[in-house]
Amino acid sequence: MMNVNITAISQKRFNNNAKKSPYSMSLNRNKVQHPFWVMVSKEISDQVRSWRFIILVALIALTCLASVYTALTQFPKSAGAKSSEDIFFFLKLFTLSDGTLPSFTVFISFLGPLLGLSLGFDAINSEMNRGTLSRILSQPIYRDYIINAKFLAALSVVSFLFVTLGLLVVGAGLIFLGIPPTVDELWRVIFFVLLSIVYVAFWLNLSIFFSIIFRQSATSALAGIAVWIFFSIFYNMIIQLIAKGIAPQQIYSEQQAVNFQNFVLNLMRLNPSQLFSDATVTLLMPSVRSLGALTMAQVEGAIPTPLPLGQSLLMVWPQVTGLVAGTIVLFAISYYLFMRREVRSR
Amino acid sequence: MSEPIIELVDLTKKYRLFTAVDHINLTVRKGEIFGFLGPNGAGKSTTILMMLGLTEPTEGSVRVCGIDPERQPLGVKRRVGYLPEDVGFYDNRDGVFNLIYTARLNSIPEDEAKTRALELLQLVGLEDAAQKNAGQYSRGMRQRLGLADVLIKNPEIAILDEPTSGIDPQGVKSFLNLILKLRDEHGLTVLFSSHNLHQVEEVCDRVAIFNSGKLQAVGDIEALSNQVFGESGHNLEEIYNCFFEGGTEQ
Repeated sequence: MMNVNITAISQKRFNNNAKKSPYSMSLNRNKVQHPFWVMVSKEISDQVRSWRFIILVALIALTCLASVYTALTQFPKSAGAKSSEDIFFFLKLFTLSDGTLPSFTVFISFLGPLLGLSLGFDAINSEMNRGTLSRILSQPIYRDYIINAKFLAALSVVSFLFVTLGLLVVGAGLIFLGIPPTVDELWRVIFFVLLSIVYVAFWLNLSIFFSIIFRQSATSALAGIAVWIFFSIFYNMIIQLIAKGIAPQQIYSEQQAVNFQNFVLNLMRLNPSQLFSDATVTLLMPSVRSLGALTMAQVEGAIPTPLPLGQSLLMVWPQVTGLVAGTIVLFAISYYLFMRREVRSR
Repeated sequence: MSEPIIELVDLTKKYRLFTAVDHINLTVRKGEIFGFLGPNGAGKSTTILMMLGLTEPTEGSVRVCGIDPERQPLGVKRRVGYLPEDVGFYDNRDGVFNLIYTARLNSIPEDEAKTRALELLQLVGLEDAAQKNAGQYSRGMRQRLGLADVLIKNPEIAILDEPTSGIDPQGVKSFLNLILKLRDEHGLTVLFSSHNLHQVEEVCDRVAIFNSGKLQAVGDIEALSNQVFGESGHNLEEIYNCFFEGGTEQ
């Protein structure tokens, strides 16, 4: 094996030094792609090739299409009712359910976390266990490229998936209903898709965080699933218990009842999936005028019409801010921990 | 041959109560093959990590190719190839992909990376396994792929942490010959840590012996022999044993 000429390599060595012009994000094969984008594209292809991603996409696609199908079968029944919501006929595709199968939005709020967790739970620890981390870190890249590339790759996969799903649902609606969505409805759908991406990004960052603090990917996957189950099943039960415990013995005024109700609601909103469902309900059901309890005085004189898009967005702004903030905080903690971590070979 | 390429001055690394590396002063010259010797936990790997800027020294300074790895890690990493102990690759990708990926992280264009990867795989004797997933490689094959991975970026310095473990005797021989050839033809500086004294004696110009974070001795075999026994002609094994088996003769 020694007979191979090394001179070829030595010539390349000097050629290579001559053309060092990185920092261009070009897809041209002859030009040099910036190392960061090389990493992102490798991570994306890793995600797309993995079995767990294929399984989850199949699961999400099937359940969502099933829920859209039931929504479509429900349309003739609900179309009869003349209410202010009929203007937003198209959005019902996302929210209608016949009681046997949950609606599209409920599926997203339930399965979205699972998708986020599965894309990130072994982000860092698998690199450590395989012994690739120290090798990659000794290449001329900054350390944060690794965590940024992993996050960005998973996020772009999720975005692609959700945009596709959203378009599929809109397309199915166009074909089977024959009514095009209005501009307002289309914007609401776009905001809903964006919101779903942010929601999944939150869980993605949580799982990346676990992948940094736990050395075993099985542990980090379990930790992520535990948090998911806690928030989707137990959290509401606990809040009910607390609410029962602190409920006033006797309600003296309307104001008191409203305050109590809002307090309980705010406790519920510590749950990211509650934030998500608050926001989706407001976006996709324009007739929703408030997310909390209101006193009679506040409701008095209100005209029962759907809210314009701007007003709906204003109403969900705190929820969206909360979700984005949670995502950023988790990412910042992961980033800090990862940068501080000493990397040795396995 | 005398130009210093790695300079360590009073290098110290402390982990809370434990001192892993204790005031080490060392100079490696360009074109040298330099051996790191010492028992497990003697501080060899920690010293290497500090040279690469992968961990920060508590005290002292490091200069690699005249650059401070703490301030300009990329400058150092561009010039230094590092083969970690028990190196790992992306198991679900083949050998060529792993090499091309490293090359592209070093801003080598994709076409050139591909031809270089195939050349290097031939050089380390893995041309038959090029299309195999790295997960199916044996330990020895991984080490060879690791050497190709170090060389693909045309380093000025190659830092190899126990590179020969897991390779069959025939493979070790060609591995060491390859290192010598690269040094002679390209002026590659090689820093190489090992537990196999014979291998080190065979190829290294100078060695450094580490023990519990301290540098016990530095120099070529002749100089060490003189230092320890007061006469030349002793081999590395005798010298080494002198330090670690009741070595009181110093």
